[in-house]
Amino acid sequence: MATRTDPKKDVVIIGLGWTGSILGMELAQDGLEILALERGADRNTVPDFQYPDAFDELKYGIRYGLMQKPAQSTLTVRRNLTETALPYRHLGAFLPGDGVGGAGVHWNGQSWRPLEVEYRLKSYVEEAFGANIMPEGMQIQDWGVTAAEMEPFMNKFERVAGISGKAGNIKGQIQEGGNPFEAERSEDYPLPPLKNTWDSELFADAASKLGYHPFPRPSANASRAYVNDYGMQLGPCNYCGFCERFGCNNYSKSSPQVCILDALKRKPNFAYKTRCEVLKIEKAQDGKTATGVTYFDENSGDTVFQPADVVLVCAFSLHNVHLLLLSGIGQPYDPVSGEGVVGRNYAYQMTGGTGLWFKDKVFNPFVGTGSGGMSIDDFSIGQIDFAKEGFIGGSYITGSHTGGRPIQQLSMPPGTPSWGAGWKQAAGDWYGHNMSIGSHGSNMSYRDCYLDLDPTYKDRHGRPLMRMTFDWKPNDIRMTQFMKGKIEEIARSLKPDKISAGYKADGSHFDVRPYQSTHNVGGAVMGTDPKTSAINRYLQSWDCHNVWVMGASAFPQNTQYNPTGPLGGLAYWAAEALRKDYLKSPRPLM
Amino acid sequence: MTDLPGRPSRRGFLKGSVASAALLPLAVPAQAETLPDLPPLDQYKPQYLTAPEWAFVMAACARLIPSDGNGPGAIECRVPVFIDRQLAGAFGKAETWYMEGPFEPAADPRLGYQSPLTPAEVYRKAIPLFDAWCADHHGAGFAKLTAEKQDAALTSLQKGEVGLAPEQRDFFSLLLQNTKEGYFADPSHGGNYKMQAWVYIGFPGARGAFPEWAGRENVKYPLGPVALDGKRA
Repeated sequence: MATRTDPKKDVVIIGLGWTGSILGMELAQDGLEILALERGADRNTVPDFQYPDAFDELKYGIRYGLMQKPAQSTLTVRRNLTETALPYRHLGAFLPGDGVGGAGVHWNGQSWRPLEVEYRLKSYVEEAFGANIMPEGMQIQDWGVTAAEMEPFMNKFERVAGISGKAGNIKGQIQEGGNPFEAERSEDYPLPPLKNTWDSELFADAASKLGYHPFPRPSANASRAYVNDYGMQLGPCNYCGFCERFGCNNYSKSSPQVCILDALKRKPNFAYKTRCEVLKIEKAQDGKTATGVTYFDENSGDTVFQPADVVLVCAFSLHNVHLLLLSGIGQPYDPVSGEGVVGRNYAYQMTGGTGLWFKDKVFNPFVGTGSGGMSIDDFSIGQIDFAKEGFIGGSYITGSHTGGRPIQQLSMPPGTPSWGAGWKQAAGDWYGHNMSIGSHGSNMSYRDCYLDLDPTYKDRHGRPLMRMTFDWKPNDIRMTQFMKGKIEEIARSLKPDKISAGYKADGSHFDVRPYQSTHNVGGAVMGTDPKTSAINRYLQSWDCHNVWVMGASAFPQNTQYNPTGPLGGLAYWAAEALRKDYLKSPRPLM
Repeated sequence: MTDLPGRPSRRGFLKGSVASAALLPLAVPAQAETLPDLPPLDQYKPQYLTAPEWAFVMAACARLIPSDGNGPGAIECRVPVFIDRQLAGAFGKAETWYMEGPFEPAADPRLGYQSPLTPAEVYRKAIPLFDAWCADHHGAGFAKLTAEKQDAALTSLQKGEVGLAPEQRDFFSLLLQNTKEGYFADPSHGGNYKMQAWVYIGFPGARGAFPEWAGRENVKYPLGPVALDGKRA
């Protein structure tokens, strides 16, 4: 197939987003010859995110200028085992990134650590409530690492990314004003919290009066100037309101570009190529290792075999799983027999929100950051009696807004006509008078929610598209309805003139059209049992020991938080195992 | 030292101090300016839409965001120009969409867009069909109906009651979404003429920096919008 074979590299990295940049930087320090292959375009703050061009809502916010193009790469979706899956033809529910930096360019920057119990969720549920509370078909697992083991690596990521926040638990000491329910951390965030907008203050006051514990949401938007451990610099956030879906013009939002890449590009032993799409990871004849990757070079039209001693799979979670399936690395999961591991335990994120409108309050919604605001964790996974409430899961709840971009973010009260004179009048009456309180919650893994290869649809290279089988389950709907009740109590205490509810309810089915979350997790999950995980606790493939798979595809079910924090921490955790152990003696580490 | 347009500079300040009262020149760049007029809409030459299609889009936009009442209408904002340019470009051609078959346009809408038609083709096929439906049910093509009958016809279209095939069933949602996009997008895309829609709701456009405004309670931001080309309204 290959028209060319290139000289061998020590390490080939597939995808140059957060995890590829982290692994590149860490392994480059050992003098290894590293090549990163990125299928999208090269991107830099200047010129790609510079003022004023970046402030084009239509181009980036609505037409998804920085996102993956389905014409080049997409998947099919069905809600159950009997439905015919159909292609995700244009973006909607989730927005995978594209190009250097990946989704780390266009994310909000909400950077969390999982709770202590989330790393060992199955064990926690069994110990605290008994295995019999788990509904039929639920397939949750332990991660195989603990919060204590991950702490130094989570800390490393937060120091590189320059996270702004307020610790709630430093070495077991609860910190006033931080999240008292968080896992123990070794030190405070590298930067203090961002300033709050008024809506966040109103939420925090109302939550405090009800006895809850508001704290600043941890943010990858820098509150002050910062220099990280690689010598990379961040500037203080401008509260510009063009954060998620946009690249940051101000070097304020943590991204691979801002935090790592310019330092990495100075390393003579690191190189990267763009518009080079890996088609397959090639296996050795005995099937126990990979020999390298075959990629399509869009610049030249060549198909190239790139030999390498180590293959690091660092694409977006869905693409990691697709590539493993296409390459025959690990047994594909079968939901009927329950056997196989690749594609197993795909999960998503359960979110909901309450809108509040006030005639006499002016919020200037365009003054915003991607990840500011005040949150509470009083209804987090470790704080709920699952046996009593009848579900397994939890949410963090936030009062915040990210911007007031009028095409996407103009929010109207219930009953507003969708067009005509009434719509226009309402747009003038209510823009700037709206705030919202959102829940961001867990999604459990289930036997029949998984990823495999589609039998019908092909990509531009003739490869089968990946097929997603996913729907919302009663357990997770009960969880979000519980949050609705708690949020509405807070919202009503603020006495809004109008209020709206947006939560999944009984009978809700997955709808690919409205944006929900790009927190697609699982499918190549980590663990300590090769029968239920595709990679071991170091993120090393059980089947090919020189293939390591980074990213949120490793999560055995979704946490209640945004995935970038833990996927950054896991990348440092895997880098340490590679550097201190594997590279000295390549073999299965478990 | 160079004076950048729209930005107060030390030299600009010094020049201003000599010419008039101190501080006044610093405020000038933030204020509205007189924006140039474009030729009237009837002189616009559509890039994609045919004459009857253009007449339909003009008439439909005028009802979706009407001109009467507070705030500008879609016509004053030149939304039809925006729609024409979008349909002529990458969006109209579905350039970034996955458009390989087989197609199942009648599938559960929650599985997303499944028509084999590009957005531009949906407009092309649906407009004459909807016009024919209007003639059958209201006595004339859409553009020739009274405003009241146009509203009734658009309501029927929105409810899926005008007999469009599944391939065109997203026509109304595309039309409405594109109309709102044209109302609120940066003027460089052809609509939101002179940033009127931004002025109306109080969105300051591409100002891009509000660090001193985070945390202010119930104080309305005082400045008008800035467009991507640096113009102010």
